[in-house]
Amino acid sequence: RTGSAQYSSGVRKVTLIPGHGIGPEITVAVQKIFEAAKVPIAWDEVDVTAVRGPDGKFGIPQKAIDSVNANKIGLKGPLMTPVGKGYRSLNLALRKEFDLYANVRPCKSLEGIKTLYDNVDVVTIRENTEGEYSGIEHEIVDGVVQSIKLITEEASKRVAEFAFQFAKDNNRKKVTAVHKANIMRMSDGLFLRCCREMATKYSEIKFEERYLDTVCLNMVQDPSKFDVLVMPNLYGDIMSDMCSGLVGGLGLTPSGNIGKNGALFESVHGTAPTIAGKDLANPTALLLSAVMMLRYMKLNEHADKVQNACFNVLREGKVLTGDLGGKSKCSEYTQEIIKNLK
Amino acid sequence: KLIPKAHYGGRHAVTMLPGGGIGPECMGYVRDIFKYIGAPVDFEVVNIDPNVDNDHDVQYAITTIKRNGVGIKGNIETKSEAAYVTSRNVALRNELDMYAYVMNCKSFPGVTTRHKDINISIIRQNTEGEYAMLEHESVHGVVESMKVVTASNSERVARFAFEYAKRNGRKKVTTVHKANIMKLSDGLFLETSRKMAEQYPDIEHNDMIIDNCCMQLVAKPHQFDVMLMTNLYGSIVSNVVCGLLGGAGLLSGRNYGDHYAVFEPGTRNTGTAIAGKNVANPIAMINASIDMLEHLGHFCHADLIRNAVNKTCNVDKILTPDVGGTASSTDVVNAIIACMSKEYGTFFPC
Ligand SMILES: Nc1ncnc2c1ncn2[C@@H]1O[C@H](COP(=O)(O)OP(=O)(O)OP(=O)(O)O)[C@@H](O)[C@H]1O
Ligand SMILES: Nc1ncnc2c1ncn2[C@@H]1O[C@H](COP(=O)(O)OP(=O)(O)OP(=O)(O)O)[C@@H](O)[C@H]1O
Ligand SMILES: [Mg+2]
Ligand SMILES: [Mg+2]
Repeated sequence: RTGSAQYSSGVRKVTLIPGHGIGPEITVAVQKIFEAAKVPIAWDEVDVTAVRGPDGKFGIPQKAIDSVNANKIGLKGPLMTPVGKGYRSLNLALRKEFDLYANVRPCKSLEGIKTLYDNVDVVTIRENTEGEYSGIEHEIVDGVVQSIKLITEEASKRVAEFAFQFAKDNNRKKVTAVHKANIMRMSDGLFLRCCREMATKYSEIKFEERYLDTVCLNMVQDPSKFDVLVMPNLYGDIMSDMCSGLVGGLGLTPSGNIGKNGALFESVHGTAPTIAGKDLANPTALLLSAVMMLRYMKLNEHADKVQNACFNVLREGKVLTGDLGGKSKCSEYTQEIIKNLK
Repeated sequence: KLIPKAHYGGRHAVTMLPGGGIGPECMGYVRDIFKYIGAPVDFEVVNIDPNVDNDHDVQYAITTIKRNGVGIKGNIETKSEAAYVTSRNVALRNELDMYAYVMNCKSFPGVTTRHKDINISIIRQNTEGEYAMLEHESVHGVVESMKVVTASNSERVARFAFEYAKRNGRKKVTTVHKANIMKLSDGLFLETSRKMAEQYPDIEHNDMIIDNCCMQLVAKPHQFDVMLMTNLYGSIVSNVVCGLLGGAGLLSGRNYGDHYAVFEPGTRNTGTAIAGKNVANPIAMINASIDMLEHLGHFCHADLIRNAVNKTCNVDKILTPDVGGTASSTDVVNAIIACMSKEYGTFFPC
């Protein structure tokens, strides 16, 4: 039943979650560009503003869950999680609901974006469901707190497999497992063993294992040493942001969450409430996430078309948003990309 | 705070743990330099066999550090991957209760890097957190690893950080954490540092989530002054900052407890691949030895070496390949010694 509609006609349905803050405006930008590029996608727009469920807790509306379940693929802007009791993080809830076990974040130096690094081309793949984010914590006695990091063979194996398959599909040469098994001998040790095992099944991909701290050290010195990196949850969180920093920040880096029950592509920056609604936001991260989504859907031609137009505009550097040192509005930048579509 | 134990005629005994990889050769350079200037330190060398599973060597090392009060070390290897064998470096820090780790990260003007004029002090909780090494396999394929944060250790290291900031004329302390996810453990660490900050109204305090912090570090490192964090984040941040300043071969780190102090190269690398090739950068270990001399109160000897290191690295630019030079390890050491001899001959003003 589910998903069959996607393949019956040329046009595929994609769940669209515009999100909060600058979310709606950057979403509109992506929609306009996709329309102009004649991307064969029909958007199924849903609202994920938290609603109170039967358990009294706030969570994602059922309609949004049904939509992703039906379409199996979605694009999402930034979400705001209100601070306070009873709210679960919506991002976390989405991740859990659809078992999005691998977070993929490509970080590539872009021509025209001046940073101190010009040779970055790494992809971080982060285990997305367990590790330090297990949420199991307790205070044993007054003033002594334990947090539990949970590593399972099952989750480690599937993310390792995903990493090697991703490397193969995307013509990557090397996978580096990032770990701290010298200290966390059993937990990271298990993760590492799963990676080693998977490596033997992908003999065409080079495999190496590196300590987390040594990767940090080497990454800021010479990012070209790395290609695809796979790691447990927290390390992935940290490394992916750090790599974004190397290429110019979260406004530019796309991200995808891949799961058993679907894939959700998102911009990783926040809601930027200070500039929301002013037509100032940079839609590049969401646009490049949407391009990643097209590749995932094997719509490579359309992906190239949109990506090239975007890169052209960035390279020319004439029409840029404020965060990149430009003076243009989000809508002007969007128009410029449309003009560059070939 | 610490009263180093002086021996005959003001000389100090210091435990030296060369460790694996490049440790022994770097210790050799330290001894050469100390000998040349007649530094009043006698080393008690303890070698730890990385291949044995028992911890007799480590226990002996701990005993001698307890006796001497002060140690200098390379990175000690733990070859065994068996889960019951704990990391020796961790065992040493824990048993000596050296709860604070300090790394002073100041740019070397002579080393070409992307960012200039960085000056960050990293203070890291050194004995608990993710390095608790309490792990078990509940059922096959399901492993739990405990991170332990205590109010007492968080408080000690927070006080250390603010005292450090105050004594060194620093303006700001940034607490690094992930309290949005680890609400109890990192939450406790963050709350404790916030409370401590109230006692130091002259020092600005802010906090930052570890992932954002790493992004900020690579893009805008100059916003940081003193940074305070738990154990694992300390390892991450110190390596990022070392990378920004030119790598693992330059900076030193200091382990402090209430009773003992141990000095070592800041990023705690073994350098297995470059051992025995006369290419390792000796500066990190030499800086550790300068820290040690200062700790013992031998400021004159410390300054003597520091000035020579400064001239060699930043003026004459005699550097090893890891920081863009072509000199060998011994070239650098000889240049440092030549610097001192040119200035003072063999009569040192100490
Ligand atoms: N897409 C974007 N375009 C332009 N500027 C951005 C963009 N994303 C983030 N920024 C800028 O970066 C800063 C930090 O952004 P971010 O939204 O991640 O954090 P935030 O404002 O605290 O939001 P949240 O609370 O949702 O995380 C913002 O002040 C904003 O000005
Ligand atoms: N004093 C030094 N001089 C020059 N390079 C160094 C120095 N110390 C470390 N490095 C380099 O920094 C990197 C990280 O060091 P690290 O010790 O982690 O590597 P390793 O020795 O190969 O691994 P292991 O820790 O497992 O022995 C290596 O490339 C190493 O050569
Ligand atoms: Mg993050
Ligand atoms: Mg190492």
